[in-house]
Amino acid sequence: MKLGSITETLRLAFRNGKVKAGTAVLFFLLLLAAAGPVLTPYQPLKYTGEPSLPPSPRHPLGTNMFGYDVFSQTVYGLRSSILVGFLGGAIATLIGVLIGFVAGYKGGLVDEGLMVLTNILLVIPTLALLIVIAAYLPYRGIVVESVIIGLTSWPWTARAVRAQTLALRQRDFVLVARMSGESPLAIILGEIAPNMLSYIFMVFILQFGGAILNAVGLDFIGLGPTRGVSLGIILQQAVLWNAIQLGLWWWAIPPGLVIALLLTSLYMVNTGLDEVFNPRLRGD
Amino acid sequence: MREEVLRVDGLKVWYSVGGSYVKAVDGVSFTVYRGEVFGIAGESGCGKSTLVSSLVLLKPPMRHMGGRALFHGKDLFSMSGEELRKIRYKGISIIPQFALDALSPTKRIRDIILDLAAVHEPNLTKREVLERAEERLRLVSLSPKVLDMYPVELSGGMRQRAVLVVSTLFNPELLIADEVTSALDVTTQRVVLELLLEFLKAGIIGSIVAVTHDIASLYQIADRMMIMYAGKVVEIGPAEELVKRPRHPYTQALISSIPSLGVTYKEKRLSGLKGSPPNLRDPPPGCRFAPRCPYAFERCGEEPPAVELGGGHVFYCWLGVR
Amino acid sequence: MALLRLEDVTKVFRTGLFGGQEIRAVEDVTMEVKEGEIVSLVGESGSGKTTIARMILRFYRPTKGRIYYKGRDVWRLRGDEVKWYYSEVQGIFQDPYSSFNPIHRVERILYKTLHHFHPSLGGRGVEERIREAIERVGLHPGDVLGKYPHQLSGGQLQRLSIARALLVEPSLIIADEPVSMLDASTRIDVLNIFADLRDKEGLSVLMIGHDILLANYVSDRVVVLYKGNIVEEGPAKPVFVNPLHPYTGMLLESIPRLDKKWEKRLEEKAEEEEYTAYRLKGCRFAPRCPAARKICFEAKPPTLKLEERSVACWIYSDYGEKS
Ligand SMILES: Nc1ncnc2c1ncn2[C@@H]1O[C@H](COP(=O)(O)OP(=O)(O)OP(=O)(O)O)[C@@H](O)[C@H]1O
Ligand SMILES: Nc1ncnc2c1ncn2[C@@H]1O[C@H](COP(=O)(O)OP(=O)(O)OP(=O)(O)O)[C@@H](O)[C@H]1O
Ligand SMILES: [Mg+2]
Ligand SMILES: [Mg+2]
Repeated sequence: MKLGSITETLRLAFRNGKVKAGTAVLFFLLLLAAAGPVLTPYQPLKYTGEPSLPPSPRHPLGTNMFGYDVFSQTVYGLRSSILVGFLGGAIATLIGVLIGFVAGYKGGLVDEGLMVLTNILLVIPTLALLIVIAAYLPYRGIVVESVIIGLTSWPWTARAVRAQTLALRQRDFVLVARMSGESPLAIILGEIAPNMLSYIFMVFILQFGGAILNAVGLDFIGLGPTRGVSLGIILQQAVLWNAIQLGLWWWAIPPGLVIALLLTSLYMVNTGLDEVFNPRLRGD
Repeated sequence: MREEVLRVDGLKVWYSVGGSYVKAVDGVSFTVYRGEVFGIAGESGCGKSTLVSSLVLLKPPMRHMGGRALFHGKDLFSMSGEELRKIRYKGISIIPQFALDALSPTKRIRDIILDLAAVHEPNLTKREVLERAEERLRLVSLSPKVLDMYPVELSGGMRQRAVLVVSTLFNPELLIADEVTSALDVTTQRVVLELLLEFLKAGIIGSIVAVTHDIASLYQIADRMMIMYAGKVVEIGPAEELVKRPRHPYTQALISSIPSLGVTYKEKRLSGLKGSPPNLRDPPPGCRFAPRCPYAFERCGEEPPAVELGGGHVFYCWLGVR
Repeated sequence: MALLRLEDVTKVFRTGLFGGQEIRAVEDVTMEVKEGEIVSLVGESGSGKTTIARMILRFYRPTKGRIYYKGRDVWRLRGDEVKWYYSEVQGIFQDPYSSFNPIHRVERILYKTLHHFHPSLGGRGVEERIREAIERVGLHPGDVLGKYPHQLSGGQLQRLSIARALLVEPSLIIADEPVSMLDASTRIDVLNIFADLRDKEGLSVLMIGHDILLANYVSDRVVVLYKGNIVEEGPAKPVFVNPLHPYTGMLLESIPRLDKKWEKRLEEKAEEEEYTAYRLKGCRFAPRCPAARKICFEAKPPTLKLEERSVACWIYSDYGEKS
C-alpha cells in the first residue's frame, strides 16, 4: 500500500462488499447512538409510570419491569458500549503496538523480557483477570471499565505486531536507514510504522469488538459499571428478572440484537479490509 | 512453408490510467512458427510482458486498442473467456514473470498439479497425472519427493524447474516464458534454458516464445529474435544475423553494452546507453529511439519504414533508406 | 595493511522449516579488501554472498571468526564508533525497489543521510550536495527528485542507492549484486561508476555477484564462493583466463556469450536435495563435480597457495605447499 494515495486505498477498500455492508451498519449504529437523546424523551434510568408494557408507539421497545423505557435504555447502552469499545480498543492497541514495536525491533533481552510478560498475560484468561481487578474497585464508571479492559487485552496485539516488525526489520530499506545513521526510534516511527498503518487499523477494529464483548461479559456477571446503563447491564437485568419466561421478550431481545449487530459489522469490516490489504486472499 | 502457430498483426495494447493511456504495446507484428524458439528482448519497461500476457489474459487496466493475434488462424482477442480458458495450458501456456512467487505458497506442488489437471485434463485420472508429473520431474533432475513439498521449501533453481514442469504438463503447443531465468544465477540459468530446449526437442512443447532483457542468454536458445524498444519493434531476424550484424542503432547499442569475453574496464571502457527510455504516456513522434540515437536526423520524427534485408531480417529505421 | 579483513568467518543459521536443520551458510571464510581495489565475490544463489555482506555491514553477527576494518574488530564497536564505521563503510543492495521505503519520496533518505553524516551543511549546501551526488551517478535531478520509488525505473533507483552511499563519502562500499536486476545497457554504466570512483578517488568496493564476466570487467581480484566455502581466489585476469577450480570453470562455461553458443549440455550431476551438500564432510561441490573422486566426499580439500592465487581442490593436492 502506498500512502501517497490514501484515497486510492479507500476507493479499493470500498469496492469490497463486506467493507461496504459493515461500514453501513456501523455508521447506522453510530448515528443511532449519537442521535439517541433526541429520539427519545425518556431518561434511561427513570420510572416512566407504566412497567412491563409491550412495544407501542409511545414506547417503541416497551418498558421493563421497573417501568424504564427499553428503547432509551438500549440507545444509551449503545453509547456506552461504543465508548468502551473505542477507549478500551484504543488503549489495548496503543500498548500492544508499542510493546510489539520495541520487542520486535530491539530483539535480544528486551524482546525476551517483554515477551515473557506478554505470554504470562496471554495465558491468564482475560475475563478472570478482569473479574479480580473489577472486584477490588468498589466504584466503577464506564471509563474505569474501559481502562481495565484496555490494560488487559493488548497481549495478542503485541505478539502480532512484534512478528510483523521482525519481518519488516530485515527489509532492505530499514537496513539502509540504519546505515544512514537513523536512530531506532526514528526507524520505528518513520520506516516501520507507516508500512503497518493498515494492519494497525485492522488490529484496532478487532480490539474495538473485543473490548465491547469483554464489557458485556463483565456487565453480565454483575461487575460492570456501578452506575449508568450499558447493553450488558440491560441483558443482565433481563435475565436476572426472568424477562423471557415472563413474556417480556422486548426487554431481552433488542439489546442482544444490537450487540450482535455491532460485533458482526466490526467483524465484516475487518475481514473485508483483510481481503483488500492481503492480496493473497483477494482471489483472482 | 513453415507452419504458422501465432501471427500477431499491428497489435496495440495500452493501459488506461487516470484518463490517459500508457502505450505499452503500440503496433507490434511478428510471427511464430512451429518448432522454433522465438526470442523477444528489450530493456525493462519496453512492453514485453504486456505483449505476451495480453495474449492470454487482458487484465484491466490493459485495453486492446487494435490489431490481431491469430493462434492457428483464430483471433485471440475476439475469443470468449470460455474459449480462452480452454486453450490455456494445452494451446498456449504462459510462465508469467515472477512465476516463482506466483506459485500458491500454501499448496503442495502435488495439489497445484492436481487442481490444474482437474480443469484442463479432466479425462486423466489422478494416477496418470501424477505419473506424468513424476516422469517430467525426473527429466528436469528433480526427485518425485518435490511433489510433497511446498514452494517455499525449494531453492530458486528447483522452483523454476518445478514451474517449468507444471506449465508444460499438458503439452502446450506454444509456451510463453517471460523472464524465466532472470532471477537465477548463471549456472542455473543455463540448466533451465537447456531444459526448455530439451522439452522442445522431445515434442512436449510445440514452440517457444522466450522473453527476456538478457539478450546474451536469449541468443543461446533462440532461432529468431525480436528487439523491442518503448512499445515498438525495432528489429526482427534470425538470431545469428541479428547478433552478428545488428542494423538498428538500438540493437547495436544493446549488443555493444555486453562485455565480450575477457574485456576489462582498464583495457576498454564500454559505455551503456545515455539517457532513459521515453515516457510511454507521451512518446516522441516517429522513431521512439531518436532522442537517444547518435545517428538521429530530421526524418526520424516520422514513422520509420520497415527495411527488409532478406532471410526474414527486418529493421525499422530511416538509416536503412538513406 | 588490508582495509577490510575477514578471518575464519562462519555463520550458522538454524531453520525450523527443515526440522531444526543447521545451515553453515558461510564457513571459515578468510579474505581481504585492500585500499583502492575492487574485489568481486562471485558464487551462485545461496552460496552465502549476502550473508557475508550483511555480516560486514553489522546486520548479522558472525557465529565464529572476526571481521576487521582498519584493524578494528567491527563487531566490538560501540556507540559513536558504530557511526564512524558507517561513515567509512556503506552498503548497496540487490533489489533497488526494496531499498527504498515505498511510502516516502526517494530523496528523503538522501536528506537523512546528509543530515546525520554532514550535519554542519546549511540548507543551500545540502541541496547542492544532493544534486551533485545525483548527477555524479548519471541522473538528472529533475527526473528523480520528488518521485516515489514506484514511479522510477530499477536503474534510476539503483543509481540513487549509489548516490546515497556516496553522500557519506565512504572508503569502502559493500555492493550486494548491484546490477543483477538491471538491464544490460544500464549495468555497464553502474559498474563504470564504481570503477571511475576507484581510479579517481581510491574507493574500495566489495562487489558481489554471480556474473563472472562482469566481475572480470571491473575488478582487480576475484573470490569464488561455493556453498559458503571459498574455492578459488586470485587476480581477476588469471582466474578468468585459467580457472583452477572445477566450479570456476563451470561458472565460466555457463556465461551466456554473444560470440559463441553453448555447445553440449552443461555437464552436471543432478542435485536432488539442496541441503545434503551442507552436511557433507568433504568438498561441498563434490556432488556436482564432474571430476569428483572418493577423497572429495571424505575430507575437506586443502587450500593451496600459488603465488597470488589460491584454490581449494583435491585435484591439486600433489602440488605446491599446503596451508
Ligand atoms: N498496470 C499498469 N498500469 C499502467 N502502466 C503499466 C501497468 N503495467 C505496466 N505498465 C507500464 O507499461 C510499460 C510496459 O511494461 P511491461 O511490464 O510490459 O514491461 P517489460 O518489458 O515486461 O519490462 P520488464 O523487463 O521490467 O519486465 C511500462 O512502462 C510500465 O510502466
Ligand atoms: N536469515 C536466514 N535464516 C536462515 N537461513 C538463511 C538466512 N539467510 C540466509 N540463509 C541461508 O543461507 C544460505 C546463504 O544465503 P545467502 O542469502 O547469503 O546467499 P546468496 O549467495 O546471497 O544468494 P543469492 O544469490 O540468492 O542472493 C542459503 O542457504 C539461505 O537459505
Ligand atoms: Mg516484464
Ligand atoms: Mg544474495
